Amino acid sequence: MKIHEYQGKELFRKFGVPVPAGMPCFSVDEAVEAARKLGGALWVVKAQIHAGGRGKGGGVKVARSLEEVRAHAGRLLGMRLVTHQTGPEGQLVRRLLVEEGADIAKEYYVGLVVDRVTQRVCLMVSSEGGVDIEEVAAKTPEKIHKTFVDPQTGLTPEEAAQAARAMGMPEPAVPQTGALLCALYRCFWETDASLAEINPLISTGDGRVLALDAKMNFDDNALFRQPEIAAMRDLDEEDPLEVEASKYDLNYIALEGEIGCMVNGAGLAMATMDTIKLFGGSPANFLDVGGGATTEKVTAAFKIMLANPRVRAILVNIFGGIMKCDTIATGVVTAAREVKLSVPLVVRMKGTNEDLGKKILAESGLAIISADNMAEAAEKVVAAVKAGGAR
Amino acid sequence: MSILINRHTRVVTQGITGKTGQFHTQTSRAYAFGRDCFVAGVNPKKAGETFEGIPIFATVREAKERTGANVSVIYVPPAGAAAAIWEAVEADLDLVICITEGIPVRDMIVVRDRMRKENRRTLLVGPNCPGVITPEEIKIGIMPGHIHKKGRVGVVSRSGTLTYEAVAQLTELGIGQSTAVGIGGDPVNGLKHVDVLRMFNDDPDTDAGIMIGEIGGSDEETAALWVKDHMKKPVVGFIAGVTAPPGKRMGHAGAIISGGKGTAQEKLAVMEACGIKVTRNPAEIGKLLKSVLG
Repeated sequence: MKIHEYQGKELFRKFGVPVPAGMPCFSVDEAVEAARKLGGALWVVKAQIHAGGRGKGGGVKVARSLEEVRAHAGRLLGMRLVTHQTGPEGQLVRRLLVEEGADIAKEYYVGLVVDRVTQRVCLMVSSEGGVDIEEVAAKTPEKIHKTFVDPQTGLTPEEAAQAARAMGMPEPAVPQTGALLCALYRCFWETDASLAEINPLISTGDGRVLALDAKMNFDDNALFRQPEIAAMRDLDEEDPLEVEASKYDLNYIALEGEIGCMVNGAGLAMATMDTIKLFGGSPANFLDVGGGATTEKVTAAFKIMLANPRVRAILVNIFGGIMKCDTIATGVVTAAREVKLSVPLVVRMKGTNEDLGKKILAESGLAIISADNMAEAAEKVVAAVKAGGAR
Repeated sequence: MSILINRHTRVVTQGITGKTGQFHTQTSRAYAFGRDCFVAGVNPKKAGETFEGIPIFATVREAKERTGANVSVIYVPPAGAAAAIWEAVEADLDLVICITEGIPVRDMIVVRDRMRKENRRTLLVGPNCPGVITPEEIKIGIMPGHIHKKGRVGVVSRSGTLTYEAVAQLTELGIGQSTAVGIGGDPVNGLKHVDVLRMFNDDPDTDAGIMIGEIGGSDEETAALWVKDHMKKPVVGFIAGVTAPPGKRMGHAGAIISGGKGTAQEKLAVMEACGIKVTRNPAEIGKLLKSVLG
């Protein structure tokens, strides 16, 4: 689960990671009022969306007067902010963060992730802050210093000080940077985070060290014991179809293509998408119906796939193990009737009660195209799209 | 022979009294020598009771002492699953197979760290995996038994149904399997591809291996490099997720391309460079394997 920058900074404050003073705002008047309360002569108005690359996309504005705060807030709220992570349609800006301006002396990078190889939390720091860290990692990996944290001790003060020096903090700033890193690690660990990133971490002209940005993701599997984090979820930032799918315990991810896919199992679902691509088609979604698909679930899955206007054909690929093919077939037939299916449907079923399933499909009277293996199914669905023209 | 489990394995089921545990204990027990193999269950609140004749004990240690169980399978819900793994490790079993999906990563980091620090010998398969099967001998997990056939091809995979797909293709071609191991789709887990391939390499009754991977992490690359230097048997592979966009989690907690790392293309390229034959068409995994069997 993702949260907004301002929510990340609230968590940072709680755990003792220093951040600039700032307030979340939902309207232009609130933004001006926030700036007035913060005082000073320099403010930053930051669009709050879950995607990264907000600065480059024009979502972060510096204001030198309350009038400028008003003007920026007016322009940002309600705009569709396009960044390299949002896709071309962009993301609607509904919330702002108004912060005191900071006197930046130098920018650094700090990140925490779970390292799969060592099976530990990895602290990454770099002197190259404020830029695309993936580029730094690719071009000059020696500029990223890594610490693999022992889960029993947590990040020790010695390790933290060493990391602070490794990122090039001047010696007088090492103690406070070390304390910040330890606080950030605690924040990560205790909230069941999967990512914590400060880009940039800054040193200021007057010798302070501050987190100018805050990006945090959380382990969905741990939300049951993190009610405070779960409450930060902002459904407005998520694809409405993905939200709808999650209600039925379906794992749905919208993609750019035109062939809807319904599959059981994540690996098989990815492999089905790959096969469609291999035969010249393009998947409209990833959809894993999971192990216990019922008629209700299959119907919901069909509705969700068809709510995507790009979908011009549907491919169902089921490997029945525990789940029986006849159950799925009944679900597919019921769903196709209920949604008055108007696009070609190709079904490939394999495994437990396969023959019974195929019989149900054949006797349904619906124009279902059946296939014996994945490749044949992909070939047929791609051909159906080509023959079908526009929906 | 086979790897990890065979008809002499004795299994204790942790979470035997839950709906999932009951169902899969029934199907596993009905498979091949299952009736002899599934000897105990664990539930501290139901100790002394039985499930379809299988005695239930309060702890794994007690189950081991009383029945000789040497392998555990876990169906315990996510919140308590890591603790269940640790209980089996502390009882010094040979192997723990954790089927449970949705365990917090932090819990897995802690339990894996303890296993390493205390030099525990217990192996872990999973979590979030279909389990392990040695066809026509023993099935521990949730995979459909009937698609398997006894034979000499080892299968290791991160995903469930995609493994079934590959196994069914083999069986249709008349090619049997020595053991099929689902290592699971979570970022922090037990045995990796490389560990299982090493076992297949050492198993005199395995002639070739299939390695099925997916996007995310670098386990497949690590395994490929090991294969290049050590594997004496042919290995073929498939990686799911060529079409997966970066930054989107594709179902499994571990299946995500992040920071440009862990793409399917990259994995396939490394595997090919290491002498592993790969296919981009998952419908041809079986045929590809057949082509490398002399």
